[in-house]
Amino acid sequence: MTGVNSIALATGRPIAQRASAAGLDLTGLHRAYGETRALDGLDLSVAPGELVALLGPSGCGKTTALRIVAGFERPDAGSVRVGGTDITTVTPSKRDMGMVFQSYSLFPHLSATDNVAFGLRIRRVSSTVRRSKALELLELVGMSAQADRYPHQLSGGQQQRVALARALAIQPTVLLLDEPLSALDAKVRLQLRDEIRRIQISLGITTVLVTHDQEEALSVADRVAVMRSGRLEQCAPPAELYARPATPFVAEFVGVMNRIKGVISADNRVRVGDQSLAIDGEHPPANTPVWVLTRPESVRVSVQPSSQLDGALIQVATFLGAITRLTLTLPDGTDVKADLPSHEAGQFPIGSYATVTLADRAVLIVPRS
Amino acid sequence: MVASLRRFRWWRLAVLIILGIYFFGPLVAAFLFTVHNTRLHTWSFAPYGQMFGAAGFGASLRMTLWISLLTIGIVMLLMVPTMLAIHLRLPKARGIVETICMVPLVISPVALVAGVSTVLGWGLNNQGSWIFRLDAQLQSQSLPLILPLIDVVLVMPFVFRALDAGLRAVDIKTLVEASRNLGASWLLTTWRVVVPNLRTALLSGSILTLALVFGEYTVSSILGFTPFAVWIVQDGQGSGQLPIAVSLLSLLLSWVVLFFVAFAGSRRFRVSPASPTPVSSAVRSI
Repeated sequence: MTGVNSIALATGRPIAQRASAAGLDLTGLHRAYGETRALDGLDLSVAPGELVALLGPSGCGKTTALRIVAGFERPDAGSVRVGGTDITTVTPSKRDMGMVFQSYSLFPHLSATDNVAFGLRIRRVSSTVRRSKALELLELVGMSAQADRYPHQLSGGQQQRVALARALAIQPTVLLLDEPLSALDAKVRLQLRDEIRRIQISLGITTVLVTHDQEEALSVADRVAVMRSGRLEQCAPPAELYARPATPFVAEFVGVMNRIKGVISADNRVRVGDQSLAIDGEHPPANTPVWVLTRPESVRVSVQPSSQLDGALIQVATFLGAITRLTLTLPDGTDVKADLPSHEAGQFPIGSYATVTLADRAVLIVPRS
Repeated sequence: MVASLRRFRWWRLAVLIILGIYFFGPLVAAFLFTVHNTRLHTWSFAPYGQMFGAAGFGASLRMTLWISLLTIGIVMLLMVPTMLAIHLRLPKARGIVETICMVPLVISPVALVAGVSTVLGWGLNNQGSWIFRLDAQLQSQSLPLILPLIDVVLVMPFVFRALDAGLRAVDIKTLVEASRNLGASWLLTTWRVVVPNLRTALLSGSILTLALVFGEYTVSSILGFTPFAVWIVQDGQGSGQLPIAVSLLSLLLSWVVLFFVAFAGSRRFRVSPASPTPVSSAVRSI
């Protein structure tokens, strides 16, 4: 494969040494469709060269936000700035943004090469230059062998690779990815996900990825912006988002979370059964009933008699490769998930009872009202 | 062998034979009529050779071709942007536009031409005015511009179906957005992305328009013009064989063109192997 440094577009500037990577700022974006508020005051900043994933459930407004950035929708209020320049009212064709769509968007009447060269043709780049640039970009995405094929002769993954090359060909200031992997099968999705991240890092291009797949968001993004009902719940690096979610919604949307009943004790700790756990940050006053949110990997399961959460019934064991996830029902009826190494799972047959212990700290404490 | 004969559905063959006779019977009879002299009991292809030299043949054919071209041009300029707007921006307007386009199917051409005649009559009462001059242009005997205007209305149902099928066969919204995102203006997007992907639908709409204009008799006849269909009838009153030969040849030509379009549509512009081709969808829906 040709090295990224060898690729130079119409300007003669190597892609890897792009000077045009610009930051993106969304400020107070509002957009309503009739009574439905798709965006309700969205604020988000993306640093130059950063990849931010917009993550959220269906209808949270993430695609609307991306379409406003691309210029296909106008916000009712708020602004979009790229490199400090307000482009809120700029037409899509003048925004200099590359976009990869969820559905296959290659032009059916053009070959892979001509698809990639389309944006350069619009910019009146000579046919020789645009063909050589298109071939180089196709090589970058591993599609040089299929350069002369038409879209209907390509698989879904191949079409999305060409679409990525086409979006990069115009040297966009911002790359927009609208669930580009959602229509692909699992294996291709993983491969292309890694390639998108590799190319994005190589080119240092500011990128916004919209996805509803939390694994995808956590694995490729520098920061993940979790959205809910048109608002930003939290925007943080994946590890921070996972370990220190700002809200119960983020805690339960990102990763798997247990909700276990507890009570705040007078010594500023939370009591869960016979166990007392430390609390980070602010918490409700003493004697307040709370939900203790904790991850499956923070739940310990043992067969030894214990004075902790005794007598949890093992209901389900789900093999996940290196780990096995047990679903246990506590004596108060609460279901708890616990991850343990698969080689230890044999000690916990379904239908038997085990002792459950929580790790020292909970992820989040939420009042139980 | 006996089992396979039992399995053979004879009623299907019977239906096919009846349909074949119903469809091809008149055509075969018409062909025999053109080549057989019943008085002399001789066979000759002379009518097919005579048609090019017949009085009025060239003028009526030229007039019809011009009317066809104008009709195709006007209806496409009108319908392509309209259909694009419906598919991209105004999906709720689809029902209204479809209803308007289907109106010519339920209104008789006689009723239509009665209204047109009344409007054209306004000019006669205002001699020297711009309405009079416009009327004169619209009713020019060499190229009556009123005919393509009326034909545009008559072909709307067919062009609507052809374009609608073409636009449904591709994800036109995403393609347009992709093109706009890559820097193309609306005009360039229409020219470089929309039209190439609608080529088969445009072609099938044009062919259907051509076929309708070539066969349109009622309006032209009532308004007193002599395009091809009217010439065939008028000339047939003097000589029976020649106009029938012309009709058969024009029918054959239409079939050849339609098969060509259908073949071209099945070989090219496939979005995916499973998706319907615009022309086959259009032909099915019409």
